[in-house]
Amino acid sequence: MQNDYIIEMKDITKRYPGVVALDRIQLQVKRGEVHALLGENGAGKSTLIKTLAGAIHPDEGEILVEGKAYQHLEPRLAMELGIGVIYQEFNLIPYLTVANNIFLGNEPVKGTSIDEKTCIAECEKVFERLGITLDPRVPVRNLSVAYQQLVEIAKAVSKNAKVLIMDEPTAALSGKEVDMLLDLVRKLRDEGISVIYISHRLEELFEVADRVTIMRDGQYIETLDIKDCTRPRLISSMVGREMGENYPQGKYGTDEVVLEARHLSNDKIQDISFQLHKGEILGFGGLVGAGRTEVARAVFGADKCSGELYLNGKQVNIRCPGDAVRHGIAFITEDRKQQGLLMKLSIRENVTISSLDHIRRHGFSLDLKKEKKLVEEYRHQLNIKTPSIEQLVSNLSGGNQQKVVLAKWLLTNSKIIIFDEPTRGIDVGVKFEIYQIMRDLAKQGISIIMISSDMPELLGVSDRIVVMKEGRLVGELQGDEIQQENVMQYAISD
Amino acid sequence: MKIDKRELLRRYGILIMLLVLIIYFSFGSEYFLTGSNVVNVLRQSAVTGISAVGLTYVMLTGGIDLSIGAVIGLTAVTAASCMAKLGLSPILACIIALALGALIGLINGILVNYVEIPALIATLGVMTSVRGLCYILTGGLPVYGFPASFDILGKGYVGVIPVPVIIMAVVLVLGWYVLNRTRYGRYLYAIGGSREAARLSGINVDKMVVATYMIAGLLSSLAGLVELSRLSSGQPSAGDGFEMNVITAVVLGGISVNGGEGKFFGVVVGIFIMSVLANGLVMMNVYEFYQQLIRGIVLIFAVGFDQLSKKKKSVKKVKAA
Repeated sequence: MQNDYIIEMKDITKRYPGVVALDRIQLQVKRGEVHALLGENGAGKSTLIKTLAGAIHPDEGEILVEGKAYQHLEPRLAMELGIGVIYQEFNLIPYLTVANNIFLGNEPVKGTSIDEKTCIAECEKVFERLGITLDPRVPVRNLSVAYQQLVEIAKAVSKNAKVLIMDEPTAALSGKEVDMLLDLVRKLRDEGISVIYISHRLEELFEVADRVTIMRDGQYIETLDIKDCTRPRLISSMVGREMGENYPQGKYGTDEVVLEARHLSNDKIQDISFQLHKGEILGFGGLVGAGRTEVARAVFGADKCSGELYLNGKQVNIRCPGDAVRHGIAFITEDRKQQGLLMKLSIRENVTISSLDHIRRHGFSLDLKKEKKLVEEYRHQLNIKTPSIEQLVSNLSGGNQQKVVLAKWLLTNSKIIIFDEPTRGIDVGVKFEIYQIMRDLAKQGISIIMISSDMPELLGVSDRIVVMKEGRLVGELQGDEIQQENVMQYAISD
Repeated sequence: MKIDKRELLRRYGILIMLLVLIIYFSFGSEYFLTGSNVVNVLRQSAVTGISAVGLTYVMLTGGIDLSIGAVIGLTAVTAASCMAKLGLSPILACIIALALGALIGLINGILVNYVEIPALIATLGVMTSVRGLCYILTGGLPVYGFPASFDILGKGYVGVIPVPVIIMAVVLVLGWYVLNRTRYGRYLYAIGGSREAARLSGINVDKMVVATYMIAGLLSSLAGLVELSRLSSGQPSAGDGFEMNVITAVVLGGISVNGGEGKFFGVVVGIFIMSVLANGLVMMNVYEFYQQLIRGIVLIFAVGFDQLSKKKKSVKKVKAA
């Protein structure tokens, strides 16, 4: 039996401060099988993949490659062992040809120059094996995403990969391209190459996978033969968890509509209409990439969109974030470091950057004393842990950084606050502090939109939930309907 | 609080460098530290000092302005022509020249911000074409013959202090004030730190960036007027290559080439290092070609030191983590 497996991961555990990302994970991949890895966002799939690729060293457990045991792998070693990874972001050089990309780093050489002829011939050989029709002389930048992906796969195969890991390979592909990719995956399997296939699209798994391993919250749940599975069986295995955490109690939504979006559309979102009530927390559920952040950016004026926006019944025209801020809308972005904070500035400067109008003294001059006083107030109110407000925000922990962003928007007297993944990268203790703050704000009549991929958080904090899929709003859940199964059903519905 | 020696050196290193230069030159030449030479050094730093403020703002946003020298030239020939050929009053000529400087800045700003040409290339293009314009307007010949009242700007004195020094002092004080005490100054740091984060904070980034290039153009133009008055002749080649001097001063002062970092005080020191170096080397009879060599080495040394100390710091951090 032992030799049946090309990859065996045993009791892989990886801890980060405040969170166990992987908790005694098992994964056994047979030779020449397509093995699906299934789980919600944040279940630990990516961490597991990175462990296998050598990018992350596990704290415990061992990895067996063709029966040989390793404590951890290095990127170079993983490659030499025949483990290839196709990430969602490709590693191709746009201005080089397909053939040059495939042989980048181990080009056939004649004398001192690259042997282009051999390069192209070898390349065509690989393409023929995989049934790819593509000219090796074309620069990669002229190819569509689907073909770039094929190049990535061919590149891995040309390096004698025995195991190919594909991380959501169909996420950016159209229907026809998906079929092409699935064909290729079957071909790889017939060639004796094992494929670890990560996808949220269950229908694809039924088409192409042999077995499936399900993960949840960093834990191993089970491994099943796909032919013994049904859709509901997989969904309940993915989400079926006890709600062990305590969320602040209370539902505060009123009937008064403060924000109404009608038919918002741009190239990422289609025909989005919804209402936000005074003092409610409206959750936006769905898979990563479903367009939730894009809706937030459209409402906030960060991206252009068509459609209408009403605030308290009056139509408003928000063309840039500045307009949104003046209308009392705040946006706490998912990417704190790049978009939420000014990392080179202090806590004080970050908190007041959006409301310098309020701390002016006779015309031009900033009232630095008043500024200090205001920031100190928020520091106490939100319990920001720092020796001084002159501290650079880059020195703060994730939770305290999030509080700085929050303080910034509270200072602008926002009436509507959009939280995009409010607790990503934040310690568990501070997480609940943030939930409590959100509840308190709702109680004071502030309306909140919360985008969250953390299922317990979405269910526990939201008063009402709308679910998005592929740029559209596909469902709304209220009261007793707010169940994990219902959210997932909408999020991955066909 | 424990004071880190390296941090101290980083913060005051440039000031120490200025003091070392002053001490060195005062031993090298007995005339260096005389009252009249000190006034001389200050006057020599005026043109650099005035335009350095605008460049500091531009560099804080993460940009650069190579058109400073060309704007000085255009200002010189425009104001000179207005007075000598059209017979306009010096005040009117100055206003026209300043407006022209701001206009060039506006063009820079639009090219960088809306057409999204990298600042280095956009202002290089503007620099080249504006310089061409200088030669076209004058046919390559200097323009002279202005009213005596115009001499005040470059050659006048208030008591013992030259007017250019007073203009520079006013510009520096205002420059410091705007950067450290107004919304606009705070926004400059924000934009340079992260343009997207600044935009999502509700700052009108486009307007701020364009305004910044306009301020830089205006101040270069003011520097050009001082230069014109001092030389009493509008040379189409005036200010040629001068931007390199200003960039050196600002970079020496610790303004990050990537934007968003640096203190105004450092720039002031950087300006004086440049003029002390130029003056001191002349005093010590160093041959002109060697002066260039030394200025280049000083720049590389100062910035290289800064970069290395940063690098060591981050290596330490990685090891600790």
